[in-house]
Amino acid sequence: MTEVTLVLRGGSVVSPEGVRRVDLAVGGGTVVALAASIDPPRGATVLDARGCLIGPGLVDLHTHLRQPGREEAETVETGARAAALGGYTAVLAMPNTEPAIDCAATAQEVLALGRSAPAEVAVAGAITVGRAGKALAPMGELAGLGVHIFTDDGSGVQDGGLMRRALDYAKGLGVTLAQHCEDESLAGSGAMHEGSWSSRLGLPGIPAVAEEAMVARDIGLVRLTGAPVHFLHLSTAGSVDLVRSAKAEGLPVTAEAAPHHMVLTHAEVAGYDPVFKVNPPLRTDDDVAAVVAGLCDGTIDAVATDHAPHAPESKDVPFDQAPPGMLGLQTSLPIAWQVLSARLGPERLFALMSAQPAAIARLTATDARPAGHSAQGGPIEVGAAANLCVFDPTASTVVDPRRLASRSRNTPYAGRAFVGAVRHTVLRGEPVVVDAVAQR
Amino acid sequence: MKRPQHLLSISDLGTDGIAEVLRVAEAFAEVERRSVRKVPTLRGKAVATLFFEESTRTRLSFETAAKRLSADVLSLAVAGSSVKKGESLRDTVETVEAMGIDAIIIRHGSSGAPHRVAQWATRARVINAGDGWHEHPTQALLDCFTVRQVLAERKGAVPEELGIDCFAGLRVLIVGDIRHSRVARSEVLAYSALGAKVTLVAPGSLLPPSLEGWPVTVAPDFDAALGDADVVSLLRLQAERGSGSYVPSLREYTAGWGLTARRVELLGEDAIVTHPGPMVRGVEIASDVADLPRTVATQQVTNGVAVRMAILFLLLGGEWPGADRHD
Repeated sequence: MTEVTLVLRGGSVVSPEGVRRVDLAVGGGTVVALAASIDPPRGATVLDARGCLIGPGLVDLHTHLRQPGREEAETVETGARAAALGGYTAVLAMPNTEPAIDCAATAQEVLALGRSAPAEVAVAGAITVGRAGKALAPMGELAGLGVHIFTDDGSGVQDGGLMRRALDYAKGLGVTLAQHCEDESLAGSGAMHEGSWSSRLGLPGIPAVAEEAMVARDIGLVRLTGAPVHFLHLSTAGSVDLVRSAKAEGLPVTAEAAPHHMVLTHAEVAGYDPVFKVNPPLRTDDDVAAVVAGLCDGTIDAVATDHAPHAPESKDVPFDQAPPGMLGLQTSLPIAWQVLSARLGPERLFALMSAQPAAIARLTATDARPAGHSAQGGPIEVGAAANLCVFDPTASTVVDPRRLASRSRNTPYAGRAFVGAVRHTVLRGEPVVVDAVAQR
Repeated sequence: MKRPQHLLSISDLGTDGIAEVLRVAEAFAEVERRSVRKVPTLRGKAVATLFFEESTRTRLSFETAAKRLSADVLSLAVAGSSVKKGESLRDTVETVEAMGIDAIIIRHGSSGAPHRVAQWATRARVINAGDGWHEHPTQALLDCFTVRQVLAERKGAVPEELGIDCFAGLRVLIVGDIRHSRVARSEVLAYSALGAKVTLVAPGSLLPPSLEGWPVTVAPDFDAALGDADVVSLLRLQAERGSGSYVPSLREYTAGWGLTARRVELLGEDAIVTHPGPMVRGVEIASDVADLPRTVATQQVTNGVAVRMAILFLLLGGEWPGADRHD
């Protein structure tokens, strides 16, 4: 029998069937025992999980690690550390680096950097060369490295004909295209949601239809090609409705939403602080309610952070000059817990943050994962990879931008208090976060 | 009335604050009519003008106002400054503040830039001299000041006697590129705070995307609205911001929304025409109309100095002989 190296005592394990109070023993990177009470053998690490929920390690479908090219804002290592502190055991690195992840060499660089990181790092590839929206990137070569999600995130593929060709090609490879839905001719130079606040503040707006027009177009292309599309960071009520009816029609579409679109609205921009500038922008109360409803009724499959670090100097400028994006990895679970737990319970909440995103990115036990990657997304059972998120739903935390692990400080939640905090994170059996402190 | 720390928006003043500015400005206008047009009010204080956009009248007006109050004036010409070497707005502000500046008067192409400066400044007061499409509060204040002056003149009264009652029910029609106009946003707030009824008229593409929460009505037709206006506030088409592409042509804009000689005939006898300048004759205003006595653009420029003196005085807390100290 495998030697037990770690025992979590006093917690309650969250699985699709429900929540049950058990101790959990880990050895050789996998779960070796689940029992009402486990006496830890000599030499084993013991983590106190009393009062905590033990869920499968979270999986983020939407992380900007900024490496290569923007290491002043984030690196694979610092981003992965923020992920671990947020309860994540795997992140999908977005390809809008400099250069973009549009060829095997860049993908291999990021994958290699991720091997020593405190969370597993999978990469998404670009759909078009340089994310320029002109020519298809070598998706086959990237798929050979285990890349399953392709996106030009940061912008959407504007040319409908090119997107159609990309879908036809992706279908042959068995990979999934993910779209940042934004029609640039409608978004223009917009810096925030177009509406009452943009009008009052004198800022150019991005109307909801800039997103919805591309969601609608791509649903049509899914219907035409039969290739799956994953919709990134849905932010409007109209987008949620479009995806809901596409799913009702049986089309192979999935969608994610970001925590900030579950709690913040365009009213936050009133003081012109660029920390509230994000793309897609913070929208109205009705949009927030629709996103939450979409998460609750299954229209939206995953909570994804869109963790987008920006160095302080790039946000220390007038609103319209700042780049869009906000930190998310270390605040997402408390926010999701606050917004969703009463309606969904812990089982479905962890499904939205672990099992379902893992399935979309093909990181689960039954997938052909990138080399060296363990199975993500649970379920927590004997023999499963020991990727675990230990969450204390009663602990409270106040967000201090300077104490976040990211190289950047652009959290929109500075000074806000949340109930619920990640206590421990276990990656392949190794406690990488203990009592909210990163171990490496 | 509580003195605001900064003047970023008309809403920093409130109705009482606007009334106070008009009252104090009236006293300074009196100084303007003296032979020695200078008072020691802000002696020993230093103000800096940071203009990141072209300006003739606003900058000169602020600098004149500060000098009349005996303040030292530093003027940052962006073209010749470290801004061109890549210095950030924040560092520029901190540098200026490190020189002991008491007030920063800023014009910037980005909406909200003065709000950022106010967050960064540790002790200097910040005055918005126009930010993007957002606000130009001192322009709106001097527009109100000028309108009251004209109304008082007609009644043979001193403006101060009118208080702000003369604005109650006053029908103000704001015309033109509202969408991109910082003057319009400040005027809407100022006139409505004073009790005026504000109506907007503009091509559909030059109205803000949403008027939710704006205390205004929108007139569908310029001609029809003219007869009901006591004040017509004309705005420049912000062609340098690309507003030209929001209408098919300048010709069509002028035909629909220009104050032409024909349209002036539709105005009531006493209607006042204001324009914040610079005027583009032949586009939003016909040349002949610009020169009519009812068009008070030059008077607005004159009054700008007194109004800005009042703002500097109220923000920098200079001594005002005989004034009530409310704070």
